[in-house]
Amino acid sequence: MSTNTGTSTGTNTGTTVVPARAAWSSVVRAGETLTITDLHGNQAVDFLVYDAHDTAVRYSAPDTIHAQGGIFLTTGSVLLSNEHTPLMTVVADEVGRHDTVGGACSKESNTLRYGHHTWSQHACVDNFLAEGAQHGLGKRDLVSNVNWYMNVPVEKDGTLGIVDGLSAPGLTLTLRAERDVLVLVSNCPQINNPCNGFEPTAVEMTIGTAAHEDAA
Amino acid sequence: MATATTYGARDHARTQDGTRTEAMPVVPAGNWPTPPCEAGHLVWAETVAGGNYTHRVLARGTELRLTDLRGDACAHLLLYAADRPWERLNVADTVKVQWNAYLGEGRLLLSDQGRVLASVVADTSGRHDALCGTSTLVRNTRRYGDGTPQSASPAGRELFKLAAAKNGLAPRDLPPSLSFFQGVEVREDGALDFTGSAGPGGSVTLRAEQDVTVLIANVPHPADPRDDYISTPLEVLAWRAEPTKPGDPLWDAAPECRRAFLNTAEFLAARGLA
Repeated sequence: MSTNTGTSTGTNTGTTVVPARAAWSSVVRAGETLTITDLHGNQAVDFLVYDAHDTAVRYSAPDTIHAQGGIFLTTGSVLLSNEHTPLMTVVADEVGRHDTVGGACSKESNTLRYGHHTWSQHACVDNFLAEGAQHGLGKRDLVSNVNWYMNVPVEKDGTLGIVDGLSAPGLTLTLRAERDVLVLVSNCPQINNPCNGFEPTAVEMTIGTAAHEDAA
Repeated sequence: MATATTYGARDHARTQDGTRTEAMPVVPAGNWPTPPCEAGHLVWAETVAGGNYTHRVLARGTELRLTDLRGDACAHLLLYAADRPWERLNVADTVKVQWNAYLGEGRLLLSDQGRVLASVVADTSGRHDALCGTSTLVRNTRRYGDGTPQSASPAGRELFKLAAAKNGLAPRDLPPSLSFFQGVEVREDGALDFTGSAGPGGSVTLRAEQDVTVLIANVPHPADPRDDYISTPLEVLAWRAEPTKPGDPLWDAAPECRRAFLNTAEFLAARGLA
């Protein structure tokens, strides 16, 4: 794993660049925003989110998919927990489609998808395990995750696959925390499929202060 | 019968022996009245009531047939490697590795360790779902007025919590689940269409490729649009059989399947289990 992991265990303020293949985490307080910038385009950002005060309550892909009646995330999508409560909401999205289905790459699943020669490569699950351990999270706490900027369509016969992304350099999306949340990110190191244009690149994380509702 | 004394209470309880109800386990399973012809030796025979759950540990090679008796069962399912529950069903890997979002005959149910937990060896329903998971307390309370396990409309996740606890597992150990007999389809724009059930009598047969802990909740699919909580009995039968071997069409159905079976075989061989 990269030694330059851009890690944070507290609330970040301002902007952090997360290098290619690295992990990142932060608490985002209720009402604060997290903006993810795809600096170079087509970089998959594997993303898990937990209730910061009770990490047994965590992002649930199936609850999120069912509640919004579809598999793609974009502006207005609410990330629901496994208890069907809101964790974060997508409040702005310059891309239009993000993945809920594909989960994270792992050294193990890579041996199935591409062959055993991939075992020595970096993988998102390893990032999640290493970064999550700093918050007391273990393997049982990893579930199907969001893949920001990743494009996974489903054909009529059910065929699905990671295909060329819809993102471009500098595009952003912004999430608002609906409660205090812990965000865990693996800046996907995958080099075998189009999710990163076959070359992982850096992304940028910006935490913004809570937006004040207009009294009028 | 007088139950005012300890002797009377004991006698009253003992007279219930042999009572048959519609939904219950039959023990021993060999007493099941209508064993399927494939079943040399039944090891699990149970009818799970609508809104109820069950769980069992099955040896590698066991075949497990789930049957939707009346057309409104929905078998929400989780699998764990028995005695090593940190290896568990990974729904994302299951659909991604096999390049398909739908479940059906020939599909492997993959663990998070690049191995097979179970394979789908037969399917007469075709209405299954790997996307929507199961229902929750919050949602069932909103939909039906209650979602607690003892209510008339238990949520799948609440039942999974109980089944998991009886196997030493906690809510943190409940990943996204699969559901059988109530399906969804994905449109081009990503929206979901609920297909409902294929009707009474549909069945799906799984084959355990490792020793597995099976958790099943029989509750309505979360996308079921009906106002009422409709959940009918699920039949569960399991019998001893053989795990998938090299040469089986399932083994070589796709390169991803072959590597998953190879990983599993090597893992079991190293442990002295196969």
